[in-house]
Amino acid sequence: MKGIRQAFEEQLDELQKHVVRMGGLAAEAVEASIQALVQRDVELSAKVMEIENQIDAFNLDIETRCLQLLALQQPMARDLRTIAAVFRIITDIERIGDYSVDIARQARVLAAIPLFKPLIDIPRMAETVSRMLHNSLEAFVRRDLDLALAAVQEDETVDHAYHSLHDELVEYIQRDPSLTLQAIRLLMIGVYLERMADHVTNIGERIFYMETGELKELHE
Amino acid sequence: MGCDCKIRTENLTVSYGSFQALKAVNLSLHSRRIIAFIGPSGCGKTTFLRALNRMNEIIEGASTRGRVFLDGKDIYAPEVDVVSLRRSVGMVFQRPNPFPMTIFENVAFGPRLHGLARGSDLAELVEQSLRRAALWEEVKDKLRQSAFSLSGGQQQRLCIARLLAVEPEVLLMDEPCSALDPISTLRIEELMRELKRNYTIIIVTHNMQQAARVSGETGFFLHGELVEFGPSSRVFTSPEDRRTEDYITGRFG
Amino acid sequence: MSQAKSRWFGYRRRLANGLLGGFALLATVLALLPLILLLYYMAARGLPALSLDFFTKSPKPVGEPGGGMANAVVGTLVLIGLAGLAGLPIGILGGIYLAEFGNNRFGWAVRFAADVLSGVPSIVIGMFIYALVVLPMRHFSAIAGGAALGVIMIPAVMRTTEEIIRLVPSSLREAALSLGATQSRTILRIVLAAAKGGVITGGLLAIARISGETAPLLITALGYNFLSVRLDQPIASLPVQIFNYAISPYDDWHAQAWAGALVLVMLVAVLSLAARCATRGRLRMVR
Repeated sequence: MKGIRQAFEEQLDELQKHVVRMGGLAAEAVEASIQALVQRDVELSAKVMEIENQIDAFNLDIETRCLQLLALQQPMARDLRTIAAVFRIITDIERIGDYSVDIARQARVLAAIPLFKPLIDIPRMAETVSRMLHNSLEAFVRRDLDLALAAVQEDETVDHAYHSLHDELVEYIQRDPSLTLQAIRLLMIGVYLERMADHVTNIGERIFYMETGELKELHE
Repeated sequence: MGCDCKIRTENLTVSYGSFQALKAVNLSLHSRRIIAFIGPSGCGKTTFLRALNRMNEIIEGASTRGRVFLDGKDIYAPEVDVVSLRRSVGMVFQRPNPFPMTIFENVAFGPRLHGLARGSDLAELVEQSLRRAALWEEVKDKLRQSAFSLSGGQQQRLCIARLLAVEPEVLLMDEPCSALDPISTLRIEELMRELKRNYTIIIVTHNMQQAARVSGETGFFLHGELVEFGPSSRVFTSPEDRRTEDYITGRFG
Repeated sequence: MSQAKSRWFGYRRRLANGLLGGFALLATVLALLPLILLLYYMAARGLPALSLDFFTKSPKPVGEPGGGMANAVVGTLVLIGLAGLAGLPIGILGGIYLAEFGNNRFGWAVRFAADVLSGVPSIVIGMFIYALVVLPMRHFSAIAGGAALGVIMIPAVMRTTEEIIRLVPSSLREAALSLGATQSRTILRIVLAAAKGGVITGGLLAIARISGETAPLLITALGYNFLSVRLDQPIASLPVQIFNYAISPYDDWHAQAWAGALVLVMLVAVLSLAARCATRGRLRMVR
């Protein structure tokens, strides 16, 4: 149905592309931060900070675009919901970026000391989070509700993984209190990943709203 | 019929010759609301409005079928007095159309016509109507001047005052602001919100933003059909019908 | 395009404009020439003969100098009055009918008849009134004259009235109807009020036209050399008197004829001016 609001459609398109790029950067940050942890690579940590700066820049830019579209184009119905969704989605993506930086910081500290246990849960959680994020972005582009829902459902997996990580680390601490500091750092990385998963769930909810107009809690 | 609505239409169909302008419209409108109707040119929304006070009958070749109930009584029944119907259901038009008389005479025309008031009562009625139309302060010193000495926005408010003077129950407004500048438009919208407390207001408009701003419920007409009708908050954020969505997002030609 | 070429085209354009404007001006002057000459002649010949006597005295017997055209002036006024009394109401009401209710075959027929009537030579209308009024009455009369002039007026008044009323915007009508006015009330109070100026103009212009009609009066009102306001008797009128004086052999009668012509033209001018004035001001609606 193109033609009448060509300029507006193009602007909406641009907007959505920017959101996807921002989301892509966040995914990159997540992956890089876990890599930094696993490979004990300090340079990679620094790279994560760099990516996060770009994410912040996108956040500002997209928000400005949204405001302009609201003021100048008087969007209605679906278009209005899209822009409202984008406002919230970029906030969630931005938080994911922040958490990546937090992970990267912890990775830098942990890179200097030997780890008392191999990293299994954390990389797995990160993989799930990364996949959830990619799927959500795809669902956003394609307006695919099923994909969004599937991504959201994986939050459960992350929650479970977090709880088991938590229990494992508590056990380690109880056995050997000198490991407490390192354990805490690892736990915090787990927390960050769990929060990231929550934010991806939020993104899924916003996609659902965008399509159906319903605001629904999609996860527990 | 168990409906406490002000106006109810039942299979309202209006044709001009062989052209069907309205197709079996079924609607319930409640009192003390502002209800807006939107739709592209020629969709039948103005025809619908005019059917509510039988102004369609002025047009040659127009035939109306179906029923329109005002407070439960069919306004197209043969024993209905059209004159008193039009007193209860009044109309404001797209371009302000004051009579070529003084401001006072314009507002007094209706009451005089129906013998509602005389002398000092009439003067009071005129003042009251002008106050209700938010025009009194601006014209109280020049009631004997020609209505044409007023600006467009003021003339439209004068037409509203003229209408209020016959003490109607329902106000029909056919794109009342389309000939006015933005400030006058907002003024009249404000006036509508005040009037809503005592009257039922039905407005037809091309301006979707106006419909969104002003109305509690909105209906969308397309090719003579009422495609969707519901709370404005819903129609403009999540319309149920795809055609409504296409129209209000401007994807519709 | 080179500068020289564009300059040439510009010059050609201006030349063409100037030529056209010049020719138009010339044509206008030529068109005005007869009118100017006419006015000049009438003023030159007529003014000297214009005096108080002209307006107060009736013609003297043949051969005697002096006298005036008081009878003709009064007669013309009487005839115009009679014609107006008959022609204006019929014409205006007819025009109202055609404008408001005349969108059918009957209306079409009426309009056609009016157009035909307005094209009928005035002498023929005079003959018609002769047969209708003069013969039964067995003599010429002011009434017959008034009737003839009235019949001439009717189509003109009807058409202008109809057109003026049609010009009243339908939005005014709708406003009145939507307030609960019946159609007749709407027409009387609103439409006519808005069309007032135009209708008056139409009437005045029709009167101006008939005030100069000569041929029909010759066989209806005939003419009379004395001042009279009797409606059932022949009556004088300016055009007829002018005609009689003009074909007479007497110089002072010729002079009076010029004076009479001047008065007639002045009458038409005043009526036209009044018509103009009536259409200014409140007629923003209908213009």
